[in-house]
Amino acid sequence: MASFGFVVLYSAAGGSLTPWAGLHMARFLVFLGMAIVFSRLKENFWKTIAFPVYITVVIMLLGVELMGAVRGGSQRWLSLGFIRIQPSELMKPAIILAVARFYDLLPAGQIRTWAAIWPLLVLLAFPCALILLQPDLGTTITVVAGAMTVAFLAGLPMRLFVGGAAAVAVIAPLAYFFALEEYQQRRVTTFLNPENDPLGAGYHISQSKIAIGSGGIFGKGFLNGTQSHLDYLPEGHTDFVFATMAEEWGLMGGVAVLTGFFLLFRWGLGVAMKAKTRFSQLLAAGLSTTIFFYVAINLMMVMGLAPVVGIPLPFLSHGGSSMMTIMICIGILMAIDRHPGRRSGTFG
Amino acid sequence: MSIGGGKTISGAVQALTFSRRATVIGGLQAGIGVLLAGRMAYISVAENERYQLLSESNRVNLTLVPPRRGWLIDRNGKPIANNKTDFRVDLIPDRMRDKDKTVATLAQLLSLDQEEIDRINKELTQASSFQPVQVATGLDWENFAAVSVRLPDLPGVSPRQGFSRFYPTGAAVGHLVGYVGIASAEEYKENPDPILVTPGYKIGKDGLEKTFEDRLQGKPGAKRVEVTARGKIVRELDSRPDTPGKALQLTLDIDLQEYAARRLGPESGSVVVMDCETGDILTMTSMPSFDPNSFSDGIGQTEYGMLRDDDHVPLRDKSLKGLFPPGSTIKPMVSLALLRAGIDPEETVSCPGGLRVGNRFFNCHSTHGSVNMKRANAQSCDTYFYKMALRIGYDAIALMARELGLGAKYDLPVASQSYGTVPDTQWIKKRHEREWANFDTVNSAIGQGFFLSNPLQLCVMTARMASGRKLEARLLSEEKRTSAPPLDISPEHLSYVREAMSEVVNGVGTARRARLPVEDVKLGGKTGTAQVVSLKYGRGGRDVPWKFRDHGLFVCFAPVDNPRYAASVVIQHGGGSSSAYPVARDVLTFLYDREQAMEKLLAMEESWGGTISERMDRQLAAYRAQKELEKAIAEGRVPPPQAETDGEGPAAEVGQ
Repeated sequence: MASFGFVVLYSAAGGSLTPWAGLHMARFLVFLGMAIVFSRLKENFWKTIAFPVYITVVIMLLGVELMGAVRGGSQRWLSLGFIRIQPSELMKPAIILAVARFYDLLPAGQIRTWAAIWPLLVLLAFPCALILLQPDLGTTITVVAGAMTVAFLAGLPMRLFVGGAAAVAVIAPLAYFFALEEYQQRRVTTFLNPENDPLGAGYHISQSKIAIGSGGIFGKGFLNGTQSHLDYLPEGHTDFVFATMAEEWGLMGGVAVLTGFFLLFRWGLGVAMKAKTRFSQLLAAGLSTTIFFYVAINLMMVMGLAPVVGIPLPFLSHGGSSMMTIMICIGILMAIDRHPGRRSGTFG
Repeated sequence: MSIGGGKTISGAVQALTFSRRATVIGGLQAGIGVLLAGRMAYISVAENERYQLLSESNRVNLTLVPPRRGWLIDRNGKPIANNKTDFRVDLIPDRMRDKDKTVATLAQLLSLDQEEIDRINKELTQASSFQPVQVATGLDWENFAAVSVRLPDLPGVSPRQGFSRFYPTGAAVGHLVGYVGIASAEEYKENPDPILVTPGYKIGKDGLEKTFEDRLQGKPGAKRVEVTARGKIVRELDSRPDTPGKALQLTLDIDLQEYAARRLGPESGSVVVMDCETGDILTMTSMPSFDPNSFSDGIGQTEYGMLRDDDHVPLRDKSLKGLFPPGSTIKPMVSLALLRAGIDPEETVSCPGGLRVGNRFFNCHSTHGSVNMKRANAQSCDTYFYKMALRIGYDAIALMARELGLGAKYDLPVASQSYGTVPDTQWIKKRHEREWANFDTVNSAIGQGFFLSNPLQLCVMTARMASGRKLEARLLSEEKRTSAPPLDISPEHLSYVREAMSEVVNGVGTARRARLPVEDVKLGGKTGTAQVVSLKYGRGGRDVPWKFRDHGLFVCFAPVDNPRYAASVVIQHGGGSSSAYPVARDVLTFLYDREQAMEKLLAMEESWGGTISERMDRQLAAYRAQKELEKAIAEGRVPPPQAETDGEGPAAEVGQ
C-alpha cells in the first residue's frame, strides 16, 4: 500500500500543475472510497456478479452504438443523465472478471481442449465488435490483451499463443490496409515517421518527445514547463500527462513514476500469487495486467515507441472513466489481498 | 476433444502452470519497464540538448523591431521628418484563418470606412502570404487595446506599438523629401531580408527618403518573446534596442519652406530660395503637392485618384521637373553676354513696338521708344534684346547662359531633375537637323522658343549674378563648403546688371509693387511672362482658360548692395509676371520680418479658404462626393442630372 500512496502522491503533484487538479483529486477520493468498499467484498460476491456485470456492460456498449452522444469524432460516451461514462472502459475489468470466472468454472481436465477456447472467443467477440465499431482500436487491444493474459495464465497450450502471435504478424499489415479507418492509418504512419509532418499528424509525438527530452535529468522545475504551459503539448493533462510531468521533473520524476508503477504491479502479481483460489488468482493477475497495459501503451506512445492511441496513464491523467476502471481494478485487487480465500474450495 | 495431447491436467498442475506463467508475465512487465526507463533516459539525457533546443525554438519567438528612421532636420535643427509613436494594426495573411470575418471584425472594432476595407481586401489578395497588410495606423489607445484583447479570436492580426514617419509640415515638403512605404514584393525578392516584411517597417519610396535610404534606415532591434502555441505573447524575455538611422541635415529653412508653400496658395507653381554666400537651398517648394504623411500611411485610392486627376499636377515636383520657357527673366543674363561682347550699355535702340526679322514681325509688349540697356531691363523691352542679340549672335548668349547654370544638371541628391534646353547653333543641328535662323535668335533672346529651364536653374542663375561667383546649389548641410570661384565675368558688368535689376523694382520698372516692405533692404529682380500659346490667340491673361494662360515668372535677389538671398518664383499659367513677384516679395519679406509676412499670409489664406491641409481636405471631400455621384449614376441609383443649357458638360461633370 506504500507504493500505492506513492503513486497517488505523484498524481497529486502532476495534477496540481493544471486547473483540472481539484476535480482530479475529488474523483480520486470518490473512487478510492469505492475501491475501499470493494475491498470489503468477499470473493464469492465477485464470482456471483462476474457474468451479470459482463452482460450489463455489453448492453451498455450496445446502448452507445444506438444513442451515444457524438464525442471527439467517435461514439464512446453513454450519458446517464447525472454522469457520463465510457462503457468500453468498464469492459476492461468486466472481461477479466468474466474470463477468470469461466476458467474457474472449467474443469481442470478440459483446459487443453476446444471447450477452453471457444467460450473465450465468444466472450471476446461481442465487446470487441462493439468497441471497434465506435471505433476505438486502443481499448479493443487492451480488452483482448487482458483476456488473453488470463487465458494464458489459466494454462492454455503455449503453442496457441505462439501461433496467435505469428498470425497477428501476418494479419497486421492486411488489417492496416483494409480494416483501419483513415485516421487510424495516419496515426500508424505518423508513428513510424513523426518528423515527416511535425506540424500535422506527427505533432503530438514530436511535441511529447520535445517535452520529455528537454526535461533532462532533473527537469525544468515545478511549474516551469514551457511545452505544457504554452500549449505546445497537446492533451498535456490527459493522455500526454507523463510528458508534462517529465518536462518539469526530468528523468528523476519519470523513474520515480516508473518505480511506483513497478511496485504496484509487483504488489498486484504478489496478490495473485498469494491468492488461494483459482478465480482470485486469475482475476488478480488479469486486473494487474490490465493496469499494466494502460501504463505500458501510454508510456510507449508518449515516448514515441507506439502509435498515438487514446489511452490515459493511470492515476496521473485527468479523466473520470479511466480512473474509475483503474480504481475498480485496485479495489478488487485489495479485496483479494484481504480475503485470499481457502484453497480447498477450488478442488472439485 | 483434446488439443493438448493426452495429458490429464490436475488442479495442482494448473496451479504450477499459473505461477510459472505469472512469473513469465512479471518478467515481461519488468522488461518493458526497463525498456521504458531506458528509452526515457535516452531521450532526456542523450538527446537532451537537441530537444532543449527544439523546446526553446518552440517557446521563443524572435521578432524584429523596425528601427526608427533617421530624422531629416533643417539648417536650424528643426525637424522636417521625424518619427511619432504610433499604435498600428497589421494583418499577416499567412496566419489568418477566416479572412472575411477577421476583416469585418476589425472594421467594426476600428470603425473603418468602406474605402479602407476595400483597400485592405485588395491588398490581401495581392500581397504575398508573408507580407503584412496594413489595417490602420495612428490608432488611439482605446482602439488599439480593443483589438489587442481580442487577439486570441483574431489569428493573423498583429497589433504593434511602433514609430511611424511624420512630416510636420506635410505637403510643403512632399516633393523634395518624398515619402516612405511598405516594401513591395519585388523589393523583397531582390533583398529577402526579414525586416522588409516586418509590420511597421517602411522604406524610402521617393525623394530624399529614397536617395538616403541606407543612411536613414538604421538597424533593426530584436525582441525575444515567449509565445504560446497559438502565437500569443506571454512575456518579453530580452530585447536588443534598435539603432536609429542617422539624421540628415538639409540646408532648407523649414519655416521659410512652409511659408513659401502656403504663400503659393491656390496657384500651381514653385518657389526656390538660395543663399548667395554658400549656395544653400533655403527653400525649394512646389505646389500643389501631396501630403507625404498620407502616402506613408498607405494612401487611399480616392486621394490618389484626386492627385492624379488634378490638372495642377500635384504629383510633379515643379522646382526640379517642371520646365518653363524662362521668358524675360533671362534678360539680365543676356545683358551680361552683350556687355562681354562689347556692347555699350548706353547705346539706345528705338522700340516701335516690335521688330521685323525677315518676313515676320516680332512684337514687343509695348512701344518703349528709345531704350538703353538699363531701361530695356527695367521695362523689359523685347525689341532691344531682339536687335542686340542679332548683333552678337546667339552662341555668345548660350555660352553665358551655361556659365550661369542654365541647361545644366546639378549634383544634387534628388531622384531626378529635368534640366531643360539652352538652344544654340550646334544644338539645333543635332536636334532639329537644320541651320540656326535669325528668328531663333530673336525668340531665344527673350527666353522663348526652344529655351526651357526649371525654377531651380533660374534661381541658380540669379544667385550667380548676385554673388559674382560660380555657386553650386547645395541641399545637404554636412557637405564641405568650398568657397565658390568667381565667375569669369567682369565685376563692372555684374554690378551694372544688378543696378538694372534694382531698377525693375525700385525704379521705373515692371515690378515696382515687388518692393520689400523692409527698411534698408532693397530687392533687385526681373519679371518674366512666358507665352503658352501663340499671340494670335490673344494675350494669355486672366481672361482665358487656365491652361492657356501665360506662365508668370520672377527672379530676384536681396539686398541689392550686398546680395544675401536669391530667389525664383514660377507660377504656372499665372497669367503673367504679376502673379509671381508678389509671392517673391512676401517670401523674401519673411526672411527679414516674419511677423509682417505672416500677417499678410493669414489674411490671404482666409480668402483662399484656409491652410493647405484644410483646403486639401475639402478638395478630397468634394472629389469623393463627385466620384460617389458618378458611381451612383453609372449604377442607375440616381437619375443623371439634366444637361446644362449650353449642352457642353457630359453627365459626369455635373457633380461639381
